[in-house]
Amino acid sequence: MKEQATIASSDSFKMLRAMVGIGALCGLIIVFIYEATLPRIERLRAEALQEAIFKVIPGITEMRSFSYQNNAFILADESDENVIYAGYDEKGEFKGVAIVAAGQGYADVIRFIYGYNPENQEVIGFYVLENKETPGLGDKIDKDPVFLDNFTALDVSLNEGGDAIKNKVTTVKKGTKTNAWEVDGITGATISSRAIGDIIATSTEHWIPIIYKNRTVFKNIENE
Amino acid sequence: MSNQEIGKEIHKSAPSSTDEFIKGLWKDNPVFVQVLGMCPVLAVSNTAENALAMGIATAFVLLMSNILVSLLRHFIPKEVRIASYVLIIATFVTITDYAIQSISVDLHKSLGAFIFLIVVNCLILSRAEAFASKNTVGKSIMDALGMGLGFILALFSLGAVREILGSGAFFGMSLFPDGFQKWVIMILPAGGFFTLAAWLLIFNLIKQKRAIS
Repeated sequence: MKEQATIASSDSFKMLRAMVGIGALCGLIIVFIYEATLPRIERLRAEALQEAIFKVIPGITEMRSFSYQNNAFILADESDENVIYAGYDEKGEFKGVAIVAAGQGYADVIRFIYGYNPENQEVIGFYVLENKETPGLGDKIDKDPVFLDNFTALDVSLNEGGDAIKNKVTTVKKGTKTNAWEVDGITGATISSRAIGDIIATSTEHWIPIIYKNRTVFKNIENE
Repeated sequence: MSNQEIGKEIHKSAPSSTDEFIKGLWKDNPVFVQVLGMCPVLAVSNTAENALAMGIATAFVLLMSNILVSLLRHFIPKEVRIASYVLIIATFVTITDYAIQSISVDLHKSLGAFIFLIVVNCLILSRAEAFASKNTVGKSIMDALGMGLGFILALFSLGAVREILGSGAFFGMSLFPDGFQKWVIMILPAGGFFTLAAWLLIFNLIKQKRAIS
């Protein structure tokens, strides 16, 4: 009886030793690889973001980042948060801004970037940066050409007071889009396409009034 | 199916390292014979490039976890072995995820959620449990290389067929003149099942013929 008890205790020690040992070893390996790959991953991400900015504001050759601090836009440093990107064509003319937005999709957070043209008060481009939506269904949000066409001239004009969006962006059932502020959904990806519409609605409600109010800042940056 | 294979493995007189390597390619091919790890096989084989990337990622995780499980086989008590294997496999999947991110953002985007699903790929867990935990490091490496290569080949043969028929291209290069009508169904999930069924049929026909002769 006594012997059995010692065997049991040494066994549980062995189990503990194995689990703790493997846990520590695995933790060490993961942290080491994370640290080793982080600089390159960040550089690639920044490059991908830059490419995306050029996609969502058509016709630009140059961009600048601005951050919104204390109710004003200023040229941004790398470390700043709340950053948006202004795009300019080869003549240096201001063409629009690109805004990164994120929110809950069906599987995980969807991160995307969209372009906004204050001149026409429209969303003019859309590009998904990150998504883990169901392959073949939800991931149509960055492949379906009909869906992507929603974001070439999506109306986000402001009300007369200029402090809110006149018509909130809403996702409607596929094929029933009648107004310029509606997003035609995707059959088989209802939740994902609705999520995109909702994220754009939230993001535009926050950003568009302040960007529109401050739009001259982006235009005059060349002269400063 | 796989249990029978495992049973056979134990009863055989000690096979050489080369046998361990070859069996994964043909006799015990993880996809065409053992039919393991179907989730990524069906889902990420819509283009040759995705299939190859997924195959290599899985083979890498298989190789590394086989090595570590084999090295630690005397250290891991059998009560906690599954938990330990899952921990080891999850570690290498995380590493693979960072590695793919640092290779290409686009590749990472197209493999998407499936990288993390390698953790639950039954091929890897079954090799750890059925082979690496009972054999030397050398043999475990040969086993992982054979099984990994067999998985890559199988995934690639699915991916190639689906991309050629479904997109009229191979590795993104257009193969046919403009008039070619793409079989869109081949890049959809249903096409994965059709292609897998066709390959299984071919594989079994060849096996049967061999058995008769």
